Amino acid sequence: MVTAAAVWDALAEIPDPEIPVISLVDLGVVRDVAVDGDNVRVEFTPTFLGCPALEVMRDAMAEKVRELGGEPDVRVISDDSWSSDKITPEGREKLRVAGLAPPAPREASAPTLLQLQSSAFRCPYCGSTDTKLENIFGPTPCRSVRYCNGCRQPFEQFKTI
Amino acid sequence: MSERAQRLLELADDELILGWRDSEWTGIAPTLEEDVAFSSIAQNEIGHARALYELAAGDLDTTADALAFDRSPEEYRSAPLVELRRLDWAHTIARHWLYECADELRLAELKSSDDAEVAGLATKMDREEVYHRMHAQMWADRLCGEERFESAVDELWPYALGVLSPELRTALAERVGREQVDAVERGSHSDELRELHEEMTMVRRSIPGATW
Repeated sequence: MVTAAAVWDALAEIPDPEIPVISLVDLGVVRDVAVDGDNVRVEFTPTFLGCPALEVMRDAMAEKVRELGGEPDVRVISDDSWSSDKITPEGREKLRVAGLAPPAPREASAPTLLQLQSSAFRCPYCGSTDTKLENIFGPTPCRSVRYCNGCRQPFEQFKTI
Repeated sequence: MSERAQRLLELADDELILGWRDSEWTGIAPTLEEDVAFSSIAQNEIGHARALYELAAGDLDTTADALAFDRSPEEYRSAPLVELRRLDWAHTIARHWLYECADELRLAELKSSDDAEVAGLATKMDREEVYHRMHAQMWADRLCGEERFESAVDELWPYALGVLSPELRTALAERVGREQVDAVERGSHSDELRELHEEMTMVRRSIPGATW
C-alpha cells in the first residue's frame, strides 16, 4: 500500500536535473501528492515554463512512484503556484554552498532592473555584498550571473520569481 | 474552433516564432552576454508556447507538438511582427522592445480573465516576462535617440500594433510614444515564415509519427 508520506520521501530523493545539489522537494516544485489506492497523482509546477528539464523531472517522479508500486499520474501545473519563496531553508543553504546565491524574497511588485543592479546581493563564496549584475540571464532561465568585487569571482544568482 | 482556442493559438504562435527568431542570435550575437541573454529568452518564449499549446491541445483534442509542428504555414496565427527576419541589432532590439511592451498589455488583460486556466498561465508567464522586459527596456534606453534604432522602431511600429487587439492599441501607442497608424494585421504570412517553417519542422517531418 502506497502512502503519501512514502511518495514525498521518494520524491525528496530526486535531484534537480540542472542543479543536482538540491532535490525537487527542497526546490518546492511539488505542489501536491494525492494517493487513491494504487493511483498516485503528483502535481508540480516548473520553476520557469522554459525549463528544459521539465520532461526529465516528470519522468523521474513517475519512475519513483512506480518503484513504490504505485500507478503515477504526474501533472504539470502551469500557474503561479510556485514561487522562488517556496524553496525550503535547507534548499537555500544547499544552493549557497554549491556557489549559487539563493533568491531574494518575492515582493508585492515585480523586481526591477534597478534592484538587480544594486549591490544588495550576497556572494555565496565570500559573503560580500559588493557584487554587481553581469547578466539578467544565465545558463538556465532561473539564473542570473553576477560578479563579486570582494573575491573577484563570478557567481550565479537564483532569480526571484 | 472556439474563440478561446483561437486566442491561445495566436499567443502560442507568437511566442514560438519569436523564440525561433531570437534563437538565431545563438552563437553570433554581438557580445557573449547577449548570446546568453537571447538564447535564454528564446528558450523561455518557446516554453511559453508549449504551455499555451498544451492548453489549446486539450480543447482541440490534439497534442502540443502537433499544433506546433504539424500545421501548414497558412494555419499559423502569428503576428507578422514576429515573422520578420532582420538580423541586425537595431531591428532586433526594436522588435524585442515593441513586442515586450505589447505583450505586457496583453498579459495584463489575460491575467484578469474569468477563465481560471488562462488567468493562471498568464500570471505565471508575466512573472517570467518581467526579466525579458527588463532586458528590452535596458537596451531601448541605451539606444534611444540613435538614428538606426529609431528608424527600426518606426519601420516596425505598424507591425507591433498588429500584435494586439484594436482595443489595446491606444495604450501601446502611449507606452512607446508613437502615434497610431494602420496596423499590419494577423492573417497573411510572409515568405520569411514559410522558410522558417521549413526549417522548424524538418526533423519532425523526417520520420512522421516517431516518438522522440
